[in-house]
Amino acid sequence: MSGTSTPESAATGGEVVEVGKPAATTPGGADQDQVVISVDGVDKTYVVRTRAGRLRRTKREVEAVAGVSFTVRAGEMVGYLGPNGAGKSTTIKMITGILTPTAGRVEVLGLTPTVDRAVLTRQIGVVFGQRSQLWWDLPLGDSFELLHYLYRTERDRHEHNLAEFVARLDLGSLLERPVRQLSLGQRMRGELTAALLHDPALVVLDEPTIGLDVVSKFAVRDFLSEVNAERGTTVLLTTHDLDDVEQLCERMLIIDHGQVLLDGRVDAFKAEHGTERTLVVDLERAAPPLTLTAATVTAVEGPRQWVRFDRRTTTAAEVIQEVVSREPIRDLTIEEPQIEELIRRIYSARPEPGV
Amino acid sequence: MAESPPVRQWRHEFVLIRRLIKARIRSDWQYRVSFIALMTSQAAFTALEFVTLLLILRLVPTIGGWTGAEVAMLYGLSALSFGVADMLFGSVERLSTYVQQGEFDRVLLRPVSPLLQLVALEFELRRAGKMVPPMLVLGWAVANVEIGWTPARALLLVAAVVSGSVIYAALWILSASVSFWAVASKEAANAFTYGGQFANEYPLHLYRNWIRVVLGWAIPLAFVAYVPVQSLLDAANPLGLPSWLVFTVPLVAAGTLASALTVWRTGIRHYQSTGS
Amino acid sequence: MRLWWEVGVRSFRRASTYRLATASGVFTNTIFGYLRASILVFVAGAGGAAIGMTGEELVTFAFVSQGFLMIIGAFGDPELADRIRSGDVVIDLYRPADVQLWWMANWFGRAAFQLLARGLPPVVLGAMAFDLAWPDPWWHWPVFALSVLVASTLGFAIRFCANLSAFWLLDNRGVDQMVTLLMSFFAGLLLPITLFPAWLARVASLLPFASMVQLPVELYLGRHEGAAIVWVLTQQLLWLVALLGLGRALLVAATRRVVIQGG
Repeated sequence: MSGTSTPESAATGGEVVEVGKPAATTPGGADQDQVVISVDGVDKTYVVRTRAGRLRRTKREVEAVAGVSFTVRAGEMVGYLGPNGAGKSTTIKMITGILTPTAGRVEVLGLTPTVDRAVLTRQIGVVFGQRSQLWWDLPLGDSFELLHYLYRTERDRHEHNLAEFVARLDLGSLLERPVRQLSLGQRMRGELTAALLHDPALVVLDEPTIGLDVVSKFAVRDFLSEVNAERGTTVLLTTHDLDDVEQLCERMLIIDHGQVLLDGRVDAFKAEHGTERTLVVDLERAAPPLTLTAATVTAVEGPRQWVRFDRRTTTAAEVIQEVVSREPIRDLTIEEPQIEELIRRIYSARPEPGV
Repeated sequence: MAESPPVRQWRHEFVLIRRLIKARIRSDWQYRVSFIALMTSQAAFTALEFVTLLLILRLVPTIGGWTGAEVAMLYGLSALSFGVADMLFGSVERLSTYVQQGEFDRVLLRPVSPLLQLVALEFELRRAGKMVPPMLVLGWAVANVEIGWTPARALLLVAAVVSGSVIYAALWILSASVSFWAVASKEAANAFTYGGQFANEYPLHLYRNWIRVVLGWAIPLAFVAYVPVQSLLDAANPLGLPSWLVFTVPLVAAGTLASALTVWRTGIRHYQSTGS
Repeated sequence: MRLWWEVGVRSFRRASTYRLATASGVFTNTIFGYLRASILVFVAGAGGAAIGMTGEELVTFAFVSQGFLMIIGAFGDPELADRIRSGDVVIDLYRPADVQLWWMANWFGRAAFQLLARGLPPVVLGAMAFDLAWPDPWWHWPVFALSVLVASTLGFAIRFCANLSAFWLLDNRGVDQMVTLLMSFFAGLLLPITLFPAWLARVASLLPFASMVQLPVELYLGRHEGAAIVWVLTQQLLWLVALLGLGRALLVAATRRVVIQGG
């Protein structure tokens, strides 16, 4: 599943764009070839009954997921992106054993999720951004204690992990407080702890940073990075927050309308598709849009002009030189493209799905 | 992770369930006044049903040929079995709320049986209130019936309570399972759980044919109280029950529980294929 | 006036969306009706004329009282109490509309739906299996209708007070249950009050609950004539006024003492 890709045109026709090679080795010594998640040709079709008129009901088949395939190996940190309704939650539910696929195969840690549920659930940890697995009215510490019994972890191991996570996530003062009194950020740190206490091989997070303040977001990201680096825990993360993906994941998957659009390394993706830069120049005085050879002015606002250029054809230095030669400048900054923008381009490059 | 031997596994699960229940009780105890008020009202409801029975006894010489003590034992046995089952398994009915609010997924993500989770997580100690009035009534009835109590008869009574509780527990599980297919129909199941229990407080032969068949035999509620009491006290037998029928009670209980668990498991598989 | 109509219509529509749940409820109500009717048939047979009601009357009582359940709020309606607990009630208090009337309009919308969807079906279904009595002469029908209206409003008045207690108790489930308890017994839902011993019947007559089911059904069965009918309706109205007044007083007290639980 390696190899260089062709540019955006490969994203047309429903083909999966693959970018870059997967990680060569994983820290923690886990066998990098060990497949943790294997999703193979998976479909999920729902039958939706809607009311048509006063009394009748029609059945409609909704394809939440169609022909999705991907593999996640041990120690990887994968970001799973897509708009609402794209099929992210459905895929996650199939991976965690809540839902059975209509077609295709899902295998996690060598087990079939819905069949081997009891065994699998002990080896994975799941964090839902909006739903809590903690006991609402009880102190946070009590929830952790109950989880020790729930997952049948060894006492020593549980204590060790608990101490470490509590220290790392600064939960010491919160252990006595009922969960319902915690702020969202505090609760999320508790959820992370709860998901990892039993040393799962795989952690699945569904929108973990949603609604969090900046400090908490950083805490969550740092923690996940450390856990992945030190313990080799495989992480699958669905999110809308592209900073999460940029900061945290080496690999990303984009799903839309139930199909995988893109599967590859984050940095390679940015390198391939993120070759454009925008120079934001503040001129000494307002001027009409500059005419430049290797760059184009995309916007003008008073003395400020946005100059876009492609890194493959020219360098920032050359563009600055040319600008300065035309007009004296007062200040400048360079903007990198957001992943958001890049993804939007991939969406728009796709043909519309057939009716 | 090495698989534990079955015994150690059960012991661990038992400890877990006990802890979850304790956690739940602690949680409820935070709202002490409410807890006591609700427990009292549970007891009061059950007591009122007996009061109704007493008021009727004022107006008629016997209920379907059954004397006051016999009817009291009928009420005591059926309501006590129901109370025990309700306390232990009644919280399973919360499944409908879990499914409607998408909370059941969480349950599936834990390495413990979903049934035990619902039982433990939603355990409501206040349901125990339902056991108090029937216990008192049963005690009174035992002291005041005309038969002589032998060890065999006492054993039969105890077996009846246990079997009755098992049958009601199975009914709770069955009625909760409805939520896996049509969560909005949950209330219809109440006709069989609460309705069945209400019907059971009066001699079965009072009811018309089809009610008797549905709520007495098809759903084997007759085996909870009517059959044991009729046999034990040799009460009027207009339905012509054979004398050996009472010995099938434990079997019926086991069979009903097995069926209920099968339906429950099928329900979970259905939930997994259709999602919430 | 238009406002109350709109509130009621919205409430009606909201109640009507739960088709399957409503059907399930009808099923359960009907089953309970059959069970109670069967028991009462026996009571009528074994008790004879001494008990004061015929078998036909008792059976009718069983089914019609089941039809009453939802419109009088026998099982409670915790929506207001939930809003008090969550703090959303502040929105209600700051609306430029009377809170009690608002919730009454809400109640009526729903009750209107439930009258059609859960009041009539159990009676109709019961009539298919048993011989039921019907109001006679014709003008007993509008009298009964009026009585039902007052009974339903009385249900609202009581539940409104019960819900408002959440302002002080926060968890008012105990109060709710208490009301349901008293209602089931003293409204005649477990056993017609006519069958009570004299002293207990007297206790019942001192409580508002009898006006919610027992009295309307008595009118339905034509057990009162002439002036007695007026007296029955007057009783109901007096209780209604008293409880609406209590609700108002509680509302004023509550508004002064707004305790919001949030977080």
